[in-house]
Amino acid sequence: MKTTDIAVIGAGPAGLSCAVEAAKSGARVTVLDENLKPGGQLFKQIHKFFGSREHRAGIRGFRIGQQLLEATERLDVQVLLDAAVYGIYEDRLIAYITDGRDHTIKAKKIVLATGASENALAFPGCTLPGVMGAGAAQTMINVNRVLPGKKIIMVGSGNVGLIVSYQLMQAGADVVALIEAAPKIGGYGVHAGKIRRAGVPIYTSTTIKEVLGEEKVEGVITASLDEKWQHIEDTEKRFEADTVCLAVGLSPLTELAWMAGCEFTFIPPLGGHVPIHDRNMESTLTGVYIAGDITGVEEASSAMEEGRLAGVACAESLGYYNEKQALALKNEIWDRLDALRTGPFGEGRFTAKLKQLEARRQLA
Amino acid sequence: MMQKTGVIYQGFRSEKELAEIPGVPSDERIKKGSVAFIECAQEIPCNPCEEACPYGAISVGKPITNLPKLDEDKCIGCGSCIAACPGLAIFLVNASKSKGEVSFPFEYYPLPKKGDEVDCVDREGNIVVKGKVLRIIKPPKYDATAVITVVIPIEYIKIVRSIKRLGRS
Repeated sequence: MKTTDIAVIGAGPAGLSCAVEAAKSGARVTVLDENLKPGGQLFKQIHKFFGSREHRAGIRGFRIGQQLLEATERLDVQVLLDAAVYGIYEDRLIAYITDGRDHTIKAKKIVLATGASENALAFPGCTLPGVMGAGAAQTMINVNRVLPGKKIIMVGSGNVGLIVSYQLMQAGADVVALIEAAPKIGGYGVHAGKIRRAGVPIYTSTTIKEVLGEEKVEGVITASLDEKWQHIEDTEKRFEADTVCLAVGLSPLTELAWMAGCEFTFIPPLGGHVPIHDRNMESTLTGVYIAGDITGVEEASSAMEEGRLAGVACAESLGYYNEKQALALKNEIWDRLDALRTGPFGEGRFTAKLKQLEARRQLA
Repeated sequence: MMQKTGVIYQGFRSEKELAEIPGVPSDERIKKGSVAFIECAQEIPCNPCEEACPYGAISVGKPITNLPKLDEDKCIGCGSCIAACPGLAIFLVNASKSKGEVSFPFEYYPLPKKGDEVDCVDREGNIVVKGKVLRIIKPPKYDATAVITVVIPIEYIKIVRSIKRLGRS
């Protein structure tokens, strides 16, 4: 049977960062990902990232992905692709399918870095071709170079909705309007500013009433919402559109953590049910760590830092780092994580993450 | 219903917000020559502008959520900060000549050419005036972000922030 020191499930920003950090210590690391290419969502992030130099700010996301992949090669990390993990059994035995065949690998430590998936929204016409997740549209334009449509309605003003609107225009589409059910724009003002000066109107307190079309999206009817989020009569607007993109949040992909038996807590700002973890990113199961959006939805820079944290902690528990070395590295990472969780957009996540850590202390 | 103003409602900074942030230079300084105009109005964790300035004219400090502060006397208007800002929120303005000049980041193809007459837009994307492209710079270190400078009537230097996207053939 195949064995490894550390098995990382998911080759996105958190998983790759974890693998690189752990491999630096000398540990043998194997990364498994169900996709044909590594990188998770990083390779469709064509915008420059925020943060500071230590967070790779100012560098476009896909270049950070390339740097991480180069580092995995340099450090001899084994990356198994087309490897869908379907089970985690006793003593950290992992079962996965590659090429239609069953395989197993036994790991001393497991890191779950499975990410998150896009939320959907139900409305009349939501099953018509042309209604899609904003992340799906982003994959089409930036990875596959296919324009999903020419006239887009974006739903949701978080950073995903704002950034994907901008990138759809860069790809050659027009964004007819961005609508937001809340009374305020959710994402960064600078992202909103980019699409406003490109002429995209943003309608707050507005939702989709209906998507029109027989075989595909042909138009969208929106309606205004009152303070109780109810439709206000006679506020309907009709837009010509061929594509509706939904950027209405993400939910952590927690199936493997549930299956393995991790204990969970419910924290809505993090996306709902999230596995409980400690300051080493270790779940309630000894030797099973979590990192990135599975621990609560944030963004790629935080995911990468959490991955590094899990990587250092795994290396320490396997004896590749002594306590002092590991503590110094972990403190640096925590400082960078805390810096990303400050300010009006970060404080909510900071408080939510504290709650998650508190849940762990209460169990102990 | 009255439209509430401000970046969280409209997606661009109101005049009131711009008057309050520490990245905006004084009118006197703008009249002396090219200077950075930093429209960063929210405390987000970000500081590449601080490092991008070779003259130490932009400070963020710690925590990195501080708004960037412009030292308008140190700023020589080189524009190094424009492409470094991940939020594309830094511009250059110049009111020292008979015509005004505004430089802005631009990440759409096709790019205009030097000398082209272009439709200049405000923060809401409204075409407000015609301008002439004075220069386009796109060195490798800008990583594909072009910085375009347009010449416009001087009264528009605080209004014009981009150009209308050009059609694709």
